[in-house]
Amino acid sequence: MSEVQKFKVTIDNIAVEVAPGTTILNAARMIGGDVTPPAMCYYSKLQDSGGKCRTCLVEVSKGSEKDPRPMPKLVASCRTTVMDGMEVKNITSDKVLDARKGVVEFLLMNHPLDCPVCDQAGECDLQDLSYEHGTEKTRYEFDRRTFEKEDIGPYIQLHMTRCILCFRCVYTADQLTNKRQHGILDRGEHSEISTYLSKSLDNEFIGNVIDVCPVGALTDKTFRFKNRVWFTKAVDAHRDCPTCSGKVRLWMRGEEVFRVTARKDQWGEVEEWICNDCRFHKKETKDWVIEGPTKIRRSSVMSQNHYINEVVPQPELINDVIGKNPKLLFDIHSESDVNRPDVDLSKIEGPAHSNDFKKNKPE
Amino acid sequence: MAIKLLLENAHIEGIRSYDVYRKHGGYRSVEKAFKMTPDEIVEEVKKSGLRGRGGAGFPTGLKWSFLAKPEGVPRHLVCNADESEPGTFKDRYLMEFLPHLLIEGLIVSSFALNSNHTYIYIRGEYAWIVDILDQAIAEAKNNGWLGKNILGTGFDCEIYVHRGAGAYICGEETALIESLEGKRGNPRIKPPFPAVQGVWMRPTVVNNVETLAAVVPIINNGGEAYSKIGIGKSTGTKLLSACGNINKPGIYEIDMTCSVEEFIYSDEYCGGIAKGKKLKACIPGGSSVPILPANLLLKTAKGETRIMSYESLADGGFATGSMMGSGGFEVLDEDQCVVRHTMSLARFYNHESCGQCSPCREGTGWMYKILKNLEYGKGKMSDIDLLWDIQRKIEGNTICPLGDAAAWPVAAAIRHFRDEFEWHVLNPDESQKRNYGLAHYADPIHVPAAVG
Repeated sequence: MSEVQKFKVTIDNIAVEVAPGTTILNAARMIGGDVTPPAMCYYSKLQDSGGKCRTCLVEVSKGSEKDPRPMPKLVASCRTTVMDGMEVKNITSDKVLDARKGVVEFLLMNHPLDCPVCDQAGECDLQDLSYEHGTEKTRYEFDRRTFEKEDIGPYIQLHMTRCILCFRCVYTADQLTNKRQHGILDRGEHSEISTYLSKSLDNEFIGNVIDVCPVGALTDKTFRFKNRVWFTKAVDAHRDCPTCSGKVRLWMRGEEVFRVTARKDQWGEVEEWICNDCRFHKKETKDWVIEGPTKIRRSSVMSQNHYINEVVPQPELINDVIGKNPKLLFDIHSESDVNRPDVDLSKIEGPAHSNDFKKNKPE
Repeated sequence: MAIKLLLENAHIEGIRSYDVYRKHGGYRSVEKAFKMTPDEIVEEVKKSGLRGRGGAGFPTGLKWSFLAKPEGVPRHLVCNADESEPGTFKDRYLMEFLPHLLIEGLIVSSFALNSNHTYIYIRGEYAWIVDILDQAIAEAKNNGWLGKNILGTGFDCEIYVHRGAGAYICGEETALIESLEGKRGNPRIKPPFPAVQGVWMRPTVVNNVETLAAVVPIINNGGEAYSKIGIGKSTGTKLLSACGNINKPGIYEIDMTCSVEEFIYSDEYCGGIAKGKKLKACIPGGSSVPILPANLLLKTAKGETRIMSYESLADGGFATGSMMGSGGFEVLDEDQCVVRHTMSLARFYNHESCGQCSPCREGTGWMYKILKNLEYGKGKMSDIDLLWDIQRKIEGNTICPLGDAAAWPVAAAIRHFRDEFEWHVLNPDESQKRNYGLAHYADPIHVPAAVG
């Protein structure tokens, strides 16, 4: 038996060998770290997703070993498959960084920036994206786009103004449920996620659209305004569920289960889809077998106060990226002054207040 | 006298009906083509040097030879009649007055590509043309040019007319395919290209109406003869739809050797600028291609006379040139305001953006709003640079060429008519009452002496 031929691809001067048919984005994810382009619409678990948000644009400076010509335009790394000998520039290309900055500006242009009242805040891909790749202010001086409010049922809250039209929820409904009830209506900047006849979404797996939504456009109605995600503690748990795997993540405060979501991997993607029953109706600790606390990225705001990493991870890649000094390597912790490991949330009575995190706490 | 290949018989009364069309040599090419092998037809089209007439100018023969031929999978030919580019109306004329020419071209091309089910995707606004085409198809079928076992060759072919619902984006070939399949007309992400996975994931060729009609003279006269017409890689004849401030707007067939000046001013074509005014600017190939001021339109930056060919119109790249595009020749006289014109184009692209990818969805609207401010005297000087930056961030970063098409007119307007934009900013009140006028846009440009 002959071994499967592997393609060698170089991304930001780091070489990796991948199977033919792998996309540039997935090859970059094998390397990990900052050379991985951000992806707002691509979702590896959803067929046909990707190519729409244009945040993952990269420059292909060498097409392949056979045809070394560079590609004339920046390409969407999530939908472009690698060729043997391909050379890709991501954070080492000024063109890419500039285009990405433009895309972030476009995405934020009509976004309401209502993070202070948005339930997604803290686990929002758009927040992360704009923090890493955006500019401090927008040059857009006009009124932001608004939509008519639409009620899509008792479990899911739709905020169309926050939507970035990644199409993920449409693919989710297409691929997980047997009858999609919502979709994109209208065209251009008026495009909206809607059900057309104000129907409610009621498939038993439809709750997963909340998890795939990169922004706060689709949020959990049963968790709405209950708590900020960074004040809750994530624990992995499971139960014997007749419809789904039952492997979930509980977001708790003390003994109280505030929210149930699917487990997400390091790229923010759902590992296993869960059913509505697990998500919306099992909100008591006795429903679940708790496995233990979830490992959360140190850079995430959700890790604040909960777990202390003994070893501060070193940015290894910076030594490997030859040529340009990558501009994106910094640790959120060096920027933040609210992350105080000594404050234990569960010991605070009532909701936490910003005063609780002040260095010189007024007694 | 210019050579006419497509519109040769357009003046004959009743040419729309099968009998008259047949009497004047119609369907000869089908008879001839069926004596050839499909590969020979593709070879003949390759030899002719025919380039796609829809806008991009990609060699048709080459496109046909890219068509994948997997065993047991049907292949399709789709005729793109979704002619929605502002300023372009040549396909409408062809289909309305010479429907059998298109049907004839379609039969030959279907035979060459072995497409048993061929589609005409027509824009919804051309509602009455659908009836004309349907009648022509019925007539062709009654006379044995369509259906099963055509002329005893064993080749089956059916042509279906499919109406679009009035979206510019469905003129993009993958959006057209999606729409034809009954889905939302969003462009697909390429690759895979339609030649490998098109309609229903089957290999598909999508060609413009004029391209397919041009196959008829190519087969009749031979690819060799066709390639001798024209100049360089711009072979054959091209239909131009001339409009704007000219004396004789309409459809003209040119052989791509006449100069732009001749095309605008000669009585055979546009007949000069209307009301004796002066030429200010022109969009030579439909609204998406860069606009050129009069001086750069008539002469290239090198000082040579610009002719109506693919190469000459593109001479100088986007810095000083434009594109042949789809042949929508729009002429602006000295009374027209470039800012307003650019604004109305930006409004069009904003309205027609499909909303799938973010740079185009958000950027087109932003450009329109800024241009609206500039036009109505509320603009700032920094808006001009901002516009430039926005178009730069849209161009090339979108899924389909609509992003480019929206960015190019804005870029070209700022590149060549920056003075006029600045005048709008500096004179907000005056700009509401009068136009900037011809200014220096027709002045001869300084040509640097050749080095060496």
